Parts: sequence; structure tokens; C-alpha cells
Amino acid sequence: MTTDAASSIIDAPVAFSLLRTMWRIRAFEERVSELVATGEVPGLVHLSIGQEGVAAAVCGQLRHDDAVYTGHRGHGHALAMGAPLDRAMAELMGRADGLCHGKGGSMHLVDVAHGLLGATGVVGGNIPLALGAALAVRLRGGDQVAVVFFGDGAVQAGHFNESINLATLWELPAILVCENNGFAEFTPRSAHTKVERVSDVVAPYDLASETVDGNDVFAVYAAFGRFLARARQGRGPMLLECLTYRLRGHYEGDPARYRQALEVAEWQARDPILRLERRGLEQGLFGQAEVAAAEREAREAVEAAVQFARQSPFPARDQLFVHTYAEQE
Amino acid sequence: MSQLTYLKAINRTLAEVMRADPRVFVLGEDVREGGPFGATQGLAEAFGEERVRDTPISEGTICGIAIGAAQAGLRPIVEIMFIDFITLALDQLVNQAAKAHYMSGGQLRVPLVLRTQGGAGQRAAAQHSQSFEAWLTHVPGLKVVMPSSASDAAGLLQSAVADPNPVVYVENKALYFQREEVPDAVAPIPLGRAAIRRPGRDVTIVATSRLVAEALAAAEQLAGEGIEVEVIDPRSLVPFDLEAVASSVARTHRLVVAHEAVGQGGFGAEIVAQVQAAAFDELDAPIERVTAPFTPIPFSPPLEDAYLPGKDQLVAAAWATLGYQIGG
Repeated sequence: MTTDAASSIIDAPVAFSLLRTMWRIRAFEERVSELVATGEVPGLVHLSIGQEGVAAAVCGQLRHDDAVYTGHRGHGHALAMGAPLDRAMAELMGRADGLCHGKGGSMHLVDVAHGLLGATGVVGGNIPLALGAALAVRLRGGDQVAVVFFGDGAVQAGHFNESINLATLWELPAILVCENNGFAEFTPRSAHTKVERVSDVVAPYDLASETVDGNDVFAVYAAFGRFLARARQGRGPMLLECLTYRLRGHYEGDPARYRQALEVAEWQARDPILRLERRGLEQGLFGQAEVAAAEREAREAVEAAVQFARQSPFPARDQLFVHTYAEQE
Repeated sequence: MSQLTYLKAINRTLAEVMRADPRVFVLGEDVREGGPFGATQGLAEAFGEERVRDTPISEGTICGIAIGAAQAGLRPIVEIMFIDFITLALDQLVNQAAKAHYMSGGQLRVPLVLRTQGGAGQRAAAQHSQSFEAWLTHVPGLKVVMPSSASDAAGLLQSAVADPNPVVYVENKALYFQREEVPDAVAPIPLGRAAIRRPGRDVTIVATSRLVAEALAAAEQLAGEGIEVEVIDPRSLVPFDLEAVASSVARTHRLVVAHEAVGQGGFGAEIVAQVQAAAFDELDAPIERVTAPFTPIPFSPPLEDAYLPGKDQLVAAAWATLGYQIGG
């Protein structure tokens, strides 16, 4: 489906909602980048700036009883599922009011109430978990779906191939969303594999797969929507490959010397937020005032989240031992 | 009461827990056929192929699927055919299952049982005979259970399935076809409660899995020599019933720790450390360990027999504790 066809299913409220979500992610992560530099956000932080279109278009169509698994670059997916900005920020700052009470941090955001079941820092390890959630839907009955986000680096991991095999064998209602940003950590995809497209890797399994421009939020929205409708009927699995680009390094502090300036400039021109704004204005889906408001409200909300997080205490020392084991309910 | 093998006790309990709780399902390689030993035999016929799921040879992914299903509220029992193959599932078990509850601040739970079996003695060589339980006891968030008898296998499996945490349930293939009287209804055995298999006043032997029977044989021989051995089976390594062992040592003042795994870095070292910290003043002799030597497991029968720790080493170790003279 072309993006022109996609635009017919994206009305003004949806378009503006996508824009707001993308701005919330962008504003959050830009602020996080500053807080990493000052040391207020400790640890390893991987930003998805430039990839917000995928998170917004996919999560914007899911429900809170669906199961979403993400990876180390997962802030956007968490926020797009509806995780509160303030508790997400508090988690990144290691505070008691964080989503995981400061036990997880940037790479491990979990918000079960909003359908975010996990974020794993081991590349590819989240894919089987999502299949387990999909299997649970199958065994229990229901129209929930499982969605897992991963990068193109995960495709070379053993779990990926085992998972594609099993998901297709068992026809699980799972949608695998590959954010192909061209780099596995510091290394371009071409140095890791002869297979350029992830959809080609899975071709022998005969599962529905599609490769879309991940920086065109309309295209992602339309393609994922088609897959989602099938998954809601218990059909699957499906693979959606979104071609995108992270405008930051692999982690905050990565000098990213492996990239060409020209390439970065080209992708900056294809920034998914800029493209959505341009298109929405052209098509009259929203006006200039709304665009400005989306950004302003996002930055204000993020600033309030920072204040919330700063006021939240660090976890008490006795919390060290809490939740090592679950108690009987 | 009826005569049951260890394997049949597991098989019967699997059927009971599946009957009692529709959330329980089984997955693993060849489980529909019953696997190489027959632990899951008949379950597919009784409960259908949706709940008794054959998987490809993809240990990591089937373990991950079980974890995801557990997080979604089901009660999976995943089988790893030989504990030697758990290496392929350790990322999922260690990085996902063990930590999910903690890392999510208590939001996620992983009520998962991973059944597997270890142990040598079957001429199966170094990749189908190992005892890896110590690796698993090193991971906060996992529980580790090692039944040594058919009745315990039944009682501990029920508790493992009911537990809200990931439990690794380690069977021993050398015990599978041992027969014993098993009650028709076995009550659940709580995890973390040791059993005194034989009371005695002179020396305590703490033994796991296959070595429990070896310890009882050693105790029988030593009784003929006037030595009364107390044999304790911890039944679960995590949680570990230190109280039972320390109070036994307070009576006997001598301790031998025995397992089939190699000694270096083995769980016996942990038991020794915990006991000396809890009951140093009670000990009248250094603690002895009986374990496999620090080598891979050889194939050739005479070599494998030489590798396996058993009754004779236990008798010698008990005498070593008894012969020790303080300041002597």
C-alpha cells in the first residue's frame, strides 16, 4: 500500500495523536540526553531519536491488554504504550517512584498496566518472550496480540531464527517489528550479513512480511494496522520491517565515528517528525498552531516529569532485597 | 500405597497437576512421545496436543516461550531433555526468568518449572551426564530442587508448580527406574525443608540426589562398624535448609557433604561455608567433601566407574572426620 492509500485511513485526530506521541518521545529523549551528560541519569542509555515514527504508529494501535516486549532502545515504545512520563523519567534516574521502583533503569522499562511486559538488554532475547505471550493468548482464547520490537542486529542472533521457525510452525498471533536502523551497535548491517533485507531472511518460512519506510509514520501505521487486524483474529505471525535511522549513537557517549556526515544529514532531512508535520500541514490534518502546541506541551510535560523525578527519593537501602523472589499471592 | 518408579511418580504428578490446573501445560522436545525416558508418556493422549507441545530442538527459544507464557499468567512446565543442554537456555533462564520480578519492581512473575535431568553412570559420555545444579544456585531469583526418591519427586514437583518463581527441577537419570512404595496421594513437600533420611549421633552426611542412596548404604556399612551416621537430604538447594544441617551438626559435630557434581565451585562448597559460619564451634573436625573429580566425564566404563563418587568414598570421608584429633 502506498502512503497515499494509507492517508485515507489516517484522519485528523489520528494524525495529531501520532504527532503528539512522537513529540513526547523526542522531548523526553532529548532531555534524557542532557541528564546523561550531567550525570542525573546514570548508566547505559540508548536513545531512539529519529525512530519515533515506528513506536507511535505501532503502539498507537495497541490495547493495554496486548503484550509488548521491547529491547535496550525502548523508551519510545514505553511512552507510546502510555507509560507515564514522570514515572518513566524517575525510573531512568533510579528513583523510588520509577516504573520499576528504580530496579530496572533505561534498558528495562516495564509497565504492565499499559501492556509493556518487558525490555531486555540482551539483543534478541525478547523475541521468545513475546511468542510465549502469544501462546498464552492461544491457550486461553482471546483477541490480544503480542508485539516485539527489535533491531536488525537481533536478526543474526540464534533466538531470532528459532523464534521465526516456532512462531510460524505454531501460527502464533505475534507481530515482530524490526526497526532496521542499519547498524548493529557500531557496525553496518552489510558487515554482518549478506542478506540486506530482514524480510528476505524470513522468506523461506512463508510468513506475511512487509518492509516499509519507518520514517513515514503513515506507512508504518497502515502496514501495522493490516497485520494487527489479522492478528486480532488469531492469525500470525507477521514481520514488519521498518527502515529507519537513529540520529544518535548506539548509546549516549558513543562518538559514532563509524558514520558518514553526509548520511546523517540525509537522514536528518528524513526526520519522521518533520515529515509528519509537513504532510499534516499540506493535507490540512492539523494547523501550524497545533504543531507548535504538540512540541510545547511535550516539552512542558517532560520538564514536569524531570521535576517529579528529582523530588522522588532514591529507594531505601532495604529495597535491595525486595522482589528477589515473588511471594505467593 | 503402590510400587512406583521415580519416573512414574513424576509422570503421575504431571498428570495430576495438569488435571488440577488448566493453566499448566508442558512443552519440550519429544514430550508427546514421552521423551527418551517416558516422563511425559500419555500426557498428550490425556490432555491434548495444545497442552503437551512438542518443540523443535531450540532450547533457548522454548525456554523463552515458557517464560513469556508464565508472565502472561500460565503455568508452563518446560522440559530440557538433558541438563547438558541447559547451556543453550541459560540466557533465557538467567537473564530473563530469574530477574523479571526484581527488575520490574514486582510487576512481573515467572511461575515456571524447568524439568531436566543430569547424572552419570549410563556410559553416555561427557555431554549427556553432567551435574550443573551449582550454576543455577548462583543465580538470585531461581529456585533449585533435586528430588532423590519417587515420593519426594511427586511432592516437590507439586510445590514447584505452585511456586510463583522459576523453579529448576533436576532429576537424576540413574534414579528413574528405582522402585519404591509411594502413597496414592502424595502431599506437596515445601521447598526449603530438608529430610533426615536416617538419624545418627556420630557424623552427619548431607547428600543430594543420587548420593542420598549412597549415603544410606554408607551409613548401613558404618553401623556395622559401630558408627551411627545421620543422613540429611536437603531436597532443594535454593532455598537451602541450613537450620536442619546446623542442628544435626550440633548433635554429631562432624560433617560430610556429598554430591555427584565436581567439587570445585560445587554446591557442597557453599554448604561447607554456610555450616562453618553457623556452627563453627560445634565442629570437631574439618568438613569433608565427597564429589566427582575435576575432569570431564569419561566414556569408557571402568573410567566412568572410577569417576563416580559413591558409598566407598563416603565411608572413607566419615572415618576421616572421626579420626581427626583436635590439636593432634
